[in-house]
Amino acid sequence: MMHRLIALLALFLLPLTAQAEQVVAALSQTRVSVNANFDGSEILVFGAIKREAAIPENSPLDVVITVAGPEQVETIRRKDRRFGIWINVEAQVIGHTPTFYSVATTRPLQDILPPLTDSLWKITADKRILPGMRGLPAREALIRLRQNDDLYRTREGEVSLIEDTLFDTSIALPSNIVEGTYTTRIFLIRDGDVIDSYGTSINVQKVGIERWLYNLAYQNALIYGIMALAIAGIFGWGASQVFRLIRR
Amino acid sequence: MQIFLPIAEVSVNAFTLLGIGGMVGVLSGMFGVGGGFLITPLLFFVGIPPAVAVATSANQIVASSVSGVLAHLKRKTVDLKMGMVLLGGGLVGSAIGIQIFNMLKAMGQVDLLVTLCYVVFLGIIGFLMLIESIRAIKRARGRPAGRPERKKHLWVHTLPFKMKFRASGLYISAIPPIAVGVFVGMLGAVMGVGGGFIMVPAMIYILGMPTKVVIGTSLFQIIFTAGFTTMLHAYTNHTVDVLLAFLLLFGGVIGAQIGTQIGLRLKAEQLRIMLALLVLLVCLKLGVDLLITPKELYSLGV
Repeated sequence: MMHRLIALLALFLLPLTAQAEQVVAALSQTRVSVNANFDGSEILVFGAIKREAAIPENSPLDVVITVAGPEQVETIRRKDRRFGIWINVEAQVIGHTPTFYSVATTRPLQDILPPLTDSLWKITADKRILPGMRGLPAREALIRLRQNDDLYRTREGEVSLIEDTLFDTSIALPSNIVEGTYTTRIFLIRDGDVIDSYGTSINVQKVGIERWLYNLAYQNALIYGIMALAIAGIFGWGASQVFRLIRR
Repeated sequence: MQIFLPIAEVSVNAFTLLGIGGMVGVLSGMFGVGGGFLITPLLFFVGIPPAVAVATSANQIVASSVSGVLAHLKRKTVDLKMGMVLLGGGLVGSAIGIQIFNMLKAMGQVDLLVTLCYVVFLGIIGFLMLIESIRAIKRARGRPAGRPERKKHLWVHTLPFKMKFRASGLYISAIPPIAVGVFVGMLGAVMGVGGGFIMVPAMIYILGMPTKVVIGTSLFQIIFTAGFTTMLHAYTNHTVDVLLAFLLLFGGVIGAQIGTQIGLRLKAEQLRIMLALLVLLVCLKLGVDLLITPKELYSLGV
């Protein structure tokens, strides 16, 4: 009797169990310090899928992880031929776009993410970056330029998922990084629907001498300028002294 | 060893920068030029944003000029009075140059302006130098030099506000040196160069200064114009990268010493032809980039 009841309950709950799957995740680091020898950074994103029922069969589970850098307003310029030479002829200020955007998935996106779900959750770069301006040459150029610089990237199949339960991937932050907050989102996708998502952030900051020089240059520009000249002067003088000694 | 530059905000190999500094130092030691005209395009090439490259080159030039002028002061080959007059013009020129630079930066035409300046001035100077040194070689091979040089009465001698420049042995109007100073100061601010490659011929051919005081005097005034330019870039644009300048300098002073040694073993005409060809090569590369259809018509930022 009892067994039958559970079996019956399980049958009713089956569609619900899918929603009862939850993602639990962590990052190997939530702070990135940009110091003088900073050369990009690998961040490990790992986690597990928490569920109260058995793993549903016949419907594959996928994980998609996105990382978006701090947003900036960009000016995009177009070159054209004038008087026989190529010059910038048109400038367009383009709204807030992340300076970095990375999408990593377990399988090819077209197999797991229908366009509607993509639009709803703004997952791929095409849906996330100024989707209202699609088709506008400047917007397409912005995405293309950032893709060429490897700042916007899609890494299909880079998330490894073990036994539909444990997943991990590593996100390589670029060496020409912009300071700020990097937002990480993790999506669980089953049957073309996002069944759970989780968000966290990574804080990227200049530290040490980088921080000090940057602040000085912007907040005490006069002192910074004097310092730059003093270094040049002392170095120039020092060099002539050293080489006079060597020549002697 | 990668190093993250705080103002340029890019990570660059430190040895690449030392190498660029060193290479340009070798050339400046060999040919007696500041090398700003090579450093700025090379920095563009390794991915330093143009605005940072121009401003930081100016800072680097201060150091190499200080080093050079000290040697000239010892030999008493600096006309301080002429230097001061040139400097007066130079500071005005720098201030104007920075204004032009910022205006064009806002219009998105900085790259164009800098490239055009390079193509035009490197082209002219390289071409003149090449012709002059080929002639010198022919002269050396053939008959001894023809007519003796006569002291000509240049048009600059007719202008008012005459001043006496004892070290140069000149009694000329202050207007031409000021004008030369303004012009070179402007170019320096826009191109991120000391302007020695324009200043030196201008002093010889326009002002009629004796060759032995020309380089020292030019270096003397470049210290201050480049210093003023650095200051203005640092203050208005925040584009001077001290760390970048430091690495370039370090390579530069070592390279300069090596270059001087190489220079001593080569003939002056050969050196000048090599420098002329180098200048024309840089000019050609920049010029071709303006003419051919770029792969990507769009660009971001600055």
